[in-house]
Amino acid sequence: MLDKKEALSLYQKLVLVRLAEETIREEYFKDEMKTPVHLGIGAEAISVGVCHCLPSGTKTFGTYRNHALYLAVTGDTDGFFAELYGRLSGPGKGKAGSMHLCAPEHGLMATSAVVGTTIPLAVGAALANAYRKTSDVVTVFFGDGAVEEGAFWESLNFASLKRLPVLFVCEDNGLAIHAHARERRGFRSIPDAVRAFECHLGAGDGSDIVDVVQSTRAMLGQMSQEPKPGFLHFTYFRFLEHVGPREDFDAGYREKPSPQELERLDPVRRLERELLRRGVAPSALETIRAEASAKVRRGAEEAQKAPFAPPAELTTDVWT
Amino acid sequence: MDVKSLMTFREALNLALVREMEEDPSVFVFGLDVADHKRIFGSTQNLVEKFGTERCFGTPLSEDAMTGVALGAAISGLRPVHVHIRADFLLLAMNQIGNMMSNLRYMSGGKLTIPLVLRAVIGRGWGQSAQHSKSLHGIFAHFPGLKVVVPTTPQDAYGLLRASIRDDNPVIFLEHRWLYDISGEVDENEAAALGQAAVRREGDAVTLVCTSWMNVEALKAAEILSRRGVEVEIVDVRTVTPLDEETIVSSVNRTRHCVVADYDWIFCGFGAELAAVIGQGCFGRLKRPVERLGFAPAPCPTTRPLENLFYPSAPTIIRAVEKLLGLAETDLRGESFYSYEQRFKGPF
Ligand SMILES: Cc1ncc(C[n+]2csc(CCOP(=O)(O)OP(=O)(O)O)c2C)c(N)n1
Ligand SMILES: [Mg+2]
Repeated sequence: MLDKKEALSLYQKLVLVRLAEETIREEYFKDEMKTPVHLGIGAEAISVGVCHCLPSGTKTFGTYRNHALYLAVTGDTDGFFAELYGRLSGPGKGKAGSMHLCAPEHGLMATSAVVGTTIPLAVGAALANAYRKTSDVVTVFFGDGAVEEGAFWESLNFASLKRLPVLFVCEDNGLAIHAHARERRGFRSIPDAVRAFECHLGAGDGSDIVDVVQSTRAMLGQMSQEPKPGFLHFTYFRFLEHVGPREDFDAGYREKPSPQELERLDPVRRLERELLRRGVAPSALETIRAEASAKVRRGAEEAQKAPFAPPAELTTDVWT
Repeated sequence: MDVKSLMTFREALNLALVREMEEDPSVFVFGLDVADHKRIFGSTQNLVEKFGTERCFGTPLSEDAMTGVALGAAISGLRPVHVHIRADFLLLAMNQIGNMMSNLRYMSGGKLTIPLVLRAVIGRGWGQSAQHSKSLHGIFAHFPGLKVVVPTTPQDAYGLLRASIRDDNPVIFLEHRWLYDISGEVDENEAAALGQAAVRREGDAVTLVCTSWMNVEALKAAEILSRRGVEVEIVDVRTVTPLDEETIVSSVNRTRHCVVADYDWIFCGFGAELAAVIGQGCFGRLKRPVERLGFAPAPCPTTRPLENLFYPSAPTIIRAVEKLLGLAETDLRGESFYSYEQRFKGPF
């Protein structure tokens, strides 16, 4: 079990991500964020929980559904909104947009909008660590769809062969855009398929940050005891459409869960209930939310006043 | 029976698929998202309902293997249409495309035929950035053994897709996202052939040789230039391979000036090939070197002000024409140009 102080700090991080994405949902219709947004509402606990367990500066890699990862690693709502609004002060000077957020100075090396592409990069980064004789763990986040790409299996094989310190984190929402796992997979389950490799295997409920933290800690413990890659499989529920700010339960490809079910699948509400159960005062949670909300609001407002990159930036950073 | 009707580019693609699937039971359509409710921006609408899930189905995310599967089916007598919602994802399949698809007929001494189509969407969207915006036609056209088609009008979306499906060679068929909304007259009985360029507009001052969306930008530029008495000729290449050199060269030999407006990077791109063809075919006639327009030499940026500078457009065409003809710059204030919010809808 996590102590109350730690649980509260997790709540703070979760709420920051949630409020940032809720702000995107409100603002997106104004068409000022001219970038596709793959929101992670429902998925926040995985990035936040795993990163919480990693030493700061750990090398991480991710996908286009990277908002929670970026904010978990950096806490930088100002840079985040600047990038979404395409401003020079964003981490990618506005050139990256939502799908390619990164912050190498914080260890977040790259995120990518081509599925599966950062998985081998993480293995390469782990190879570099092994090469330098450190056992620092590199972590890569990817969706369940990425498991269908050859690059995933080739990376897992190589990492297992070389016993590299890389933690694979599969964020499984059972969907690739609108396609269910049963329409895409000729094997029974991801953990079962991965079990055949020389790597540690763990699984958890990605909607429950307490479970995410405990599974991650256990995994990191095993990886340090016996040097091998780790694979963590977390299930979660995608609340919104694949890309964009809306719900899409009316599209017909999936059912809307009951309100009770949605409560259970919402990692923020879930941790909230847990904290209240442990006797945290509602006002304490309210304070955390108010602080996060002010930070998010400031980030979004300042970003819209910030300048765009000047024309010369178009061809800057192509080469060194 | 009247077979002419006004339809959008997406409807024309859809109609071509329906007609080919009706006429030839060996034609089938597969790829990520072809059977979901969005149906590749509507272009694969009703195929599952009409032809069943055996002839229209989604796949796992496995571009490399799925392209090989398409190739295997094609050399076994089927006519696969393999669809990709972005051409960028074809880079995952480059091994099958560049080592297998383009070579198999040659290496079998002409015994294998490869009747397959790879459809992919190219070009600009809403801040699509560096990984969802490439065209790649020049790269594909570099490989002998592949045909590469870049339709612009609904008629061509219809006619050239049907011709591509009927072709016994691998065809890469690239559709610009913004063209989907364009409407135009489609004559169902008009057959199209790969390897023929089209003169979209006649003029005597300069020839604009254009690919895909650049034809739309060129028409806009032509309209503005025409107001000051400059009449440009627009040649739509339609197919990159086989390339209709004759139509291009004969136009430039008349106008004696040429701007190549390609929808790709300039360096080592298809625009360079066009300039070389024109340089050879029109050497003594050209009054000035061929001017080339294309993407800026950078990955595509997300932020709109830089994205606007990245893509060639009607204003860049106008400036290039003015430079070529030694004209003063037209005042473009007050003109409205295409953007994501204000896309050309046609009729073309
Ligand atoms: C190689 C590749 N193929 C196809 C796509 C189009 N695409 C974008 S996201 C996506 C689904 C990915 O599903 P998953 O890995 O489960 O991630 P999720 O979106 O569920 O987080 C697809 C097919 C892509 N971006 N890259
Ligand atoms: Mg998924």
